[in-house]
Amino acid sequence: MSPLLTVEKVEAAYGVSPALFGVSLSVGEGEAVALMGRNGMGKTTMVKTICGLLPRTAGRVEVAGRDTKGLAPHRVARLGIGLVPEGRRCFAPLTVEENLITAARPGHWDFSTVSELFPRLAERRRQTARTLSGGEQQMLAIGRALMTNPRLLILDEATEGLAPAIRQEIWRSLHKLKTEGLAILVIDKSLTELSTLVDRYVIIEKGEDVWKGKPAELTAEIAARHLGVAG
Amino acid sequence: MRSDMIFTLAAMAALLAAGLYGYLGDEPFFLTLAAKAAIFALAGAGLNIALGYGGLVSLGHAAFFGIGGYAAGILASHARNYEPLMSWPVELAGTTSAPLIWIVAMLAAGLFSLPMGLLSLRTGGVYFIMITLAFAQMLYYFAVSWPAYGGEDGLSFYVRNELGGLSTMDPWSWFLICYAILAVALVFIAVLTRSRFGLALTMARENPLRLGNIGVAPRRVLLTAFVISAIVTGLAGALYADLNRFVSPSMLSWHMSGEIMVFVILGGVGRLGGPVAGACVFILLEQVLGGFTEYWQFLLGVALIVIVLMGSGGLAGLFERTGVRKAAAHG
Repeated sequence: MSPLLTVEKVEAAYGVSPALFGVSLSVGEGEAVALMGRNGMGKTTMVKTICGLLPRTAGRVEVAGRDTKGLAPHRVARLGIGLVPEGRRCFAPLTVEENLITAARPGHWDFSTVSELFPRLAERRRQTARTLSGGEQQMLAIGRALMTNPRLLILDEATEGLAPAIRQEIWRSLHKLKTEGLAILVIDKSLTELSTLVDRYVIIEKGEDVWKGKPAELTAEIAARHLGVAG
Repeated sequence: MRSDMIFTLAAMAALLAAGLYGYLGDEPFFLTLAAKAAIFALAGAGLNIALGYGGLVSLGHAAFFGIGGYAAGILASHARNYEPLMSWPVELAGTTSAPLIWIVAMLAAGLFSLPMGLLSLRTGGVYFIMITLAFAQMLYYFAVSWPAYGGEDGLSFYVRNELGGLSTMDPWSWFLICYAILAVALVFIAVLTRSRFGLALTMARENPLRLGNIGVAPRRVLLTAFVISAIVTGLAGALYADLNRFVSPSMLSWHMSGEIMVFVILGGVGRLGGPVAGACVFILLEQVLGGFTEYWQFLLGVALIVIVLMGSGGLAGLFERTGVRKAAAHG
């Protein structure tokens, strides 16, 4: 069976400035993969290209065996991709509940199952998204993506800039999602937390994938070279 | 949300009170003004769907207002002259039945708005304003140069169209008809904006890309809103033609588009009761200031600038803010 998401030698550009020079990665059913790299190396560009927000200039992106070439973002989303965008981007004037139900598509995830995962969202259901704390907005963004009942959840810097306690809550929820069998592609910088969640790492540098492997195979030397951190 | 409801009910109550005053005081001119305000409010409520909820700044809504007006005028004039609208392939007669005319007016406005919206929504911002303006101007010049229905002189039809056994020429009955239609339209818009479609429309205004990411096509949502908006404004146009028993290209001109936009901005963009308050205040200013000076629109302009500078949401916004302040003072 083909993987849920296949990215093959993808190139993309912002106008005339190329940003990706041939990235390949894949995520299988129920698998969790981390996309890593320093700032400005093309992680978010990769996500935009997968979601149809940025046209690719070469290569292939397949979601559930279907080439996404020329598909509008909403078509890609309906193939089963739930995006939790960088910077959260909840719909500020709408309430928590309104943010969630507009995204709803039939399946396991509905308002009650999302409330079980994030009880705070149920507590704040009538509050507008702009009055939520950063962590709550992040939960809302994840909840909104889950309401589309995706087969693959993509998280772009979901724990960035949050208080440690909230980060732990987000990580716990991701572990729960993974054990329930949801495929996850996560962009993050917290190696410690990633190492227990994901099955594989993909590191990109200057728009190319430079290292792939299991968390155990990531040596301190590789981490220092490509990520600039002590592994 | 609750303040919006109170404001809407207050504006509607004020309009009804104005009508009652005209009826009890036996002032038919006052009643006609109240009916005109109700019709303008309906036209503004239509534009508000696109402008307020969807963020689509359309300067072309006179097109729909005028199409509604011409639909009423053309059908009625054919019926009165006993000329069929067309004789091939089937013979189609005109009509003076108001409900039928309303349906035709709404259909015609909706049908015109579909290709117009499809093309206009490919653009955004200033370009959207200009292309909607261009469509309306196209129609305006077409009406001016088409002699069959009066061309530049317009088309008059002496008697209002019929609704059951009601005497539509009686100003009180006519006001009540317009008022009832406005009320039904506002209920419809209130339900629409609270539905999933309405939420998606707000999201399309806020951030179309993010709406795409959750699997909803933003352009389709906006196009649907644009068409619904046109249909409501088209209905208002049919009523306006009936009110004056006259339709002319001026209903299609960009001044009209601007006026409809003034109702919305004056009353409150994206507020249910905004267009009602805006249209009432507009008519009031027109009558009161118009009594002092021919150049009353200069003063309208000043009022508009002051209201816009005082913050978003027009009169409805002012009402919200004073409400909040009072609640804060009491709490």
